[in-house]
Amino acid sequence: MRYLDDSVLFSLRLSLQVAAVSTVLVAVSGIGIAYVLARKDFRGRGLLDMMVTLPLVLPPTVTGYYLVMLFGRNGLIGRYLYELTGWSIMFTWYAAVLASYVVALPLMIKTARAAIESVDPNLVNASYSLGHSEAETFFRVVLPLSRRGIIAGTVLSFARALGEFGATLMLAGNIPGRTDTMPIAIYTLTSSGEWTAANFMVLLLTLVSGFFIYTTNRARAV
Amino acid sequence: MGLTVDLQKEVKGFTLDVSWRAEDGITVLFGYSGSGKSMTLQMIAGLMRPDSGSIRLNGGVLFDGSHGVDIPPQRRPLGYVFQDLALFPHMTVRENILYGAGRLCRDERRVRAEELIRLFRLGGIEGSLPSEISGGQRQRVALARALIRRPEALLLDEPFSALDNPIRVEMRRLLSRIREDFGIPIVLVTHDIIEACTLADRIVVYAGGRVRQAGPPGEVLGNPAGPDVEMLVSAAGTAGLQLPAGLHMN
Repeated sequence: MRYLDDSVLFSLRLSLQVAAVSTVLVAVSGIGIAYVLARKDFRGRGLLDMMVTLPLVLPPTVTGYYLVMLFGRNGLIGRYLYELTGWSIMFTWYAAVLASYVVALPLMIKTARAAIESVDPNLVNASYSLGHSEAETFFRVVLPLSRRGIIAGTVLSFARALGEFGATLMLAGNIPGRTDTMPIAIYTLTSSGEWTAANFMVLLLTLVSGFFIYTTNRARAV
Repeated sequence: MGLTVDLQKEVKGFTLDVSWRAEDGITVLFGYSGSGKSMTLQMIAGLMRPDSGSIRLNGGVLFDGSHGVDIPPQRRPLGYVFQDLALFPHMTVRENILYGAGRLCRDERRVRAEELIRLFRLGGIEGSLPSEISGGQRQRVALARALIRRPEALLLDEPFSALDNPIRVEMRRLLSRIREDFGIPIVLVTHDIIEACTLADRIVVYAGGRVRQAGPPGEVLGNPAGPDVEMLVSAAGTAGLQLPAGLHMN
């Protein structure tokens, strides 16, 4: 196929790689945060809830802006990182991972939290009174019983990470052969009028995302 | 020895202030719904924290408000059967029972599980999920799961309320069997006076978060501590319950 030239393949591979890595991070931390929000009462719970939900409603450019302020070479955290190591996350594929992570995280937390909250608290109490610690109870009772929601959240996060554009552009830029994930490559192709290649990429991204949404719905229906 | 309970707790305008003792045999906490019976069980199990008071089991302290002792539920040697049974829906009958076995060694767990499966006549359905078995069977699984650790006391929260009458009769028989075999204090919560009288060695009558009367069923029925208790237990008379010989209702 003549459309599958190197740059298209690179973008596809980069997109999948960024989405996969960020989804793993989203799943692990998202389930943890969802559990804490669902089961624990502590000061600052409302604030944490708000902060992890914000990227869902903010324009990705605003999320990206915050990330630049935090992790940019002169950012609050990025400054020290750069001083210490001479390395900055800006304009690397890690930046794309970070952007996708922050934007996809709320989807995971929302879905997983609803699933964890739907686990009958009596089952948790029963597990405690049968001698099992909170951690054991989490892995043997809470997690298996909220499995479906967690799988759905993971797939949804992956699809979202795959389609991430705004925050990625702010943080990772548009460097051909380095940080041009599919959505960014599509943007470049469109602005330079390369319609054939753009069409192909758009179709590909739609199919891949559609497949994941379909899988999520199936997982929910089972 | 036995279970000694002395608890105070205030929740949203409701005050619980109770004190009673349970020896080996069946102690029934009896009273209307909302009188604090289930709450008491939850506090004994360590699932709810009392404001003050103490809980002692066979000389060991489970909770002591004045000394800041509060043993977590995991380390209280109790069997607890929840009102809705709380069987794990994703585990088979055998897995549910074994889940209660905790840190016993593997052979011991297996042997005990087999014992209980035999005692509670669960043979043949060990591999079924709770959703695939009958209400009576689910009940027996919950009991087996609560007993596999050989608890020092058994707490039952309205365990038979969801069952049809013939199965309730069977369950009462089973409970008498547990009473003989295990020789531990059994605390059973119910608002059914018939159930209370048929099963209890001792009845503790709850009303509005307090203990109104405690004693053997004959004594509570025959000599209620006040008009409110008389009201509470009157259903036993209208239901034509046979009182033990030598006792009659006022």
